[in-house]
Amino acid sequence: MTTQVKLETNEIPQRESGFKRFFKALILMRESPIGMVGLVLILFWVVMAVIAPLLPLYDPNAIMLPFQKIGAAAPDGGTFWLGTDHKGRDILSRIIWGAQKVLVWATFATLVAYIVGMLMGVVAGYLGGWADEAVSFIANVFLSFPFIILCIIIVATLGASGWTIVVAVTFASAPQIMRIVRGLVLDLKTRDYIFAAQTRGESPWYIMLVELLPNARGPLIVDACLRLGYTVVAIATLGFLGLGLPPPDPDWGLMIKEAVPLGAFAGHSMYLPAAALASLILGFNLLADGLREVSLRD
Amino acid sequence: MIVLAAKRLVAMLLIMLVVSFILFSLFEADKMAVAGKVLGPYSSVEQRELWLSQNGYDAPFLTRYAAWMGKAVTGNFGDSLQYKVPVSELLVDRLQNTGILTLVFFIILIPVSLTLGVLAGMKEGSFQDRAISVVSVLTTSIPEFATATFLTGLFVYTWHLLPGTSSMTNGFSWKELILPVMVLVIYDFGYVTRMTRASMAEVMTSQYIRTAILKGLPYKRVIMRHALRNALIAPFTVIVLQLNWLLSGLVVVEVFFAYKGFGTLLLDAALFGDIYVIEACVMVAVFIAVFSQFISDIGYTLLNPRIRFS
Repeated sequence: MTTQVKLETNEIPQRESGFKRFFKALILMRESPIGMVGLVLILFWVVMAVIAPLLPLYDPNAIMLPFQKIGAAAPDGGTFWLGTDHKGRDILSRIIWGAQKVLVWATFATLVAYIVGMLMGVVAGYLGGWADEAVSFIANVFLSFPFIILCIIIVATLGASGWTIVVAVTFASAPQIMRIVRGLVLDLKTRDYIFAAQTRGESPWYIMLVELLPNARGPLIVDACLRLGYTVVAIATLGFLGLGLPPPDPDWGLMIKEAVPLGAFAGHSMYLPAAALASLILGFNLLADGLREVSLRD
Repeated sequence: MIVLAAKRLVAMLLIMLVVSFILFSLFEADKMAVAGKVLGPYSSVEQRELWLSQNGYDAPFLTRYAAWMGKAVTGNFGDSLQYKVPVSELLVDRLQNTGILTLVFFIILIPVSLTLGVLAGMKEGSFQDRAISVVSVLTTSIPEFATATFLTGLFVYTWHLLPGTSSMTNGFSWKELILPVMVLVIYDFGYVTRMTRASMAEVMTSQYIRTAILKGLPYKRVIMRHALRNALIAPFTVIVLQLNWLLSGLVVVEVFFAYKGFGTLLLDAALFGDIYVIEACVMVAVFIAVFSQFISDIGYTLLNPRIRFS
């Protein structure tokens, strides 16, 4: 007895558009309450960062009344919703503008680190042999530096600026990304579609960039989420150490550093940026946990 | 086993060599800049050239590197530009302070995180497991200096229990050590706890634990004698590898509490441009990082018979 399967030619499964798949992934996240909390925390700060220019905020660098308490009235009739710092700058405005700055630089730095790390990893994993040895050795050299210490030397040598932070984060993160990608590629390169591409006579670069990397994206998304969190911490830490984005523009790390010695009579000016930073990092960690949970379930 | 150890050792030395070369070329390739750092920004070109020729900077780059390396191996890194004393003296003093901090940190971290990890991993999915996991995610997610800010606020400014700085200007004081250690433990215990939990949970599902329970051994004995031995192999590696992470955390915590340790020395040197101190500090930091990796690899092999005999 044989059953015949009738194929309808017009029912070829179509790959959904990128936007639709992104939306579906968000709905999947609903299954993980931890991930949702993380997503909400991140979205909150992202939205704040995006609409910062539209909000009725004081200029973050404008010097007004120092040491105002939360909700104090401003001289021009407005309100210092979160008070002012020791120089008389509006804390709410500095926190929101600081969020924009840290998010923009962290995203950019992570992106650059990812491009470098993925290229290193895919070359080491796919080509193997001496290319692998060489790339892995370079990665090991940079991995032997403790993260912050590597950042400190680079920033101290090149001088503090956003671009230096990008360089520092790339040197510190790319070797770790390289290790992950290399491991994934070693597994993927034995798959049939890679042999098919090789038989077709595709160039190694085509195979690496078009066949291998897109298929390694799953675990990388979780890692990228965590790493974005680390980068935010690194930028804030450098700011705290006095090696971050140059003042007077708001930087959460520097805000904390300046406020702590004065905490006895202006506690809010040190708690608030610390809480902002903690909530954003917590968001990244929870989202990564949630993503991992959801991806393991399928 | 010995072959493996020797291979690791060679790789470790090679990495140290490359790191030292990178450092040297980063800070001392430009001779005039070195002289400028040593003699100050207002020194004239003639003064700088005189100083360079007096101090053997006329030799080719590689010769200078070899000479520097030879001295560095014996612990001679030259004089600090900022403090005008030999770097080695400064380093020994600061490393001792950091050593005390690290020792106290480990004495508290290890029992706390192992106990919590074992408690969580014993019954996967139970209330105690969930509670411990949530707390460890929360504490690890908050950067050290944010934790330090909250703790300072509570213990120093609100309750007036502890001093806010740990510079130890009036001699050693345990009270000044509490906050730095507390911050480090709160930040780091989560990771070790999670590792221990995962390892313990895996061991608890294995056949021999089931056998031990089924043959009627008391639960306590199953945990203490059978499960723990195998569950603690992975955390051992993690704890030793913590040293690398810890160095980053130490810099932040030491700077926050003005503790006169290795981290503040490195940061002060970086901000001042004290190149000889930076070189020495980074070499020490990388040595600790690489050496702890070595210890953790060897220790893991020794502890795990499946790897030792294969």
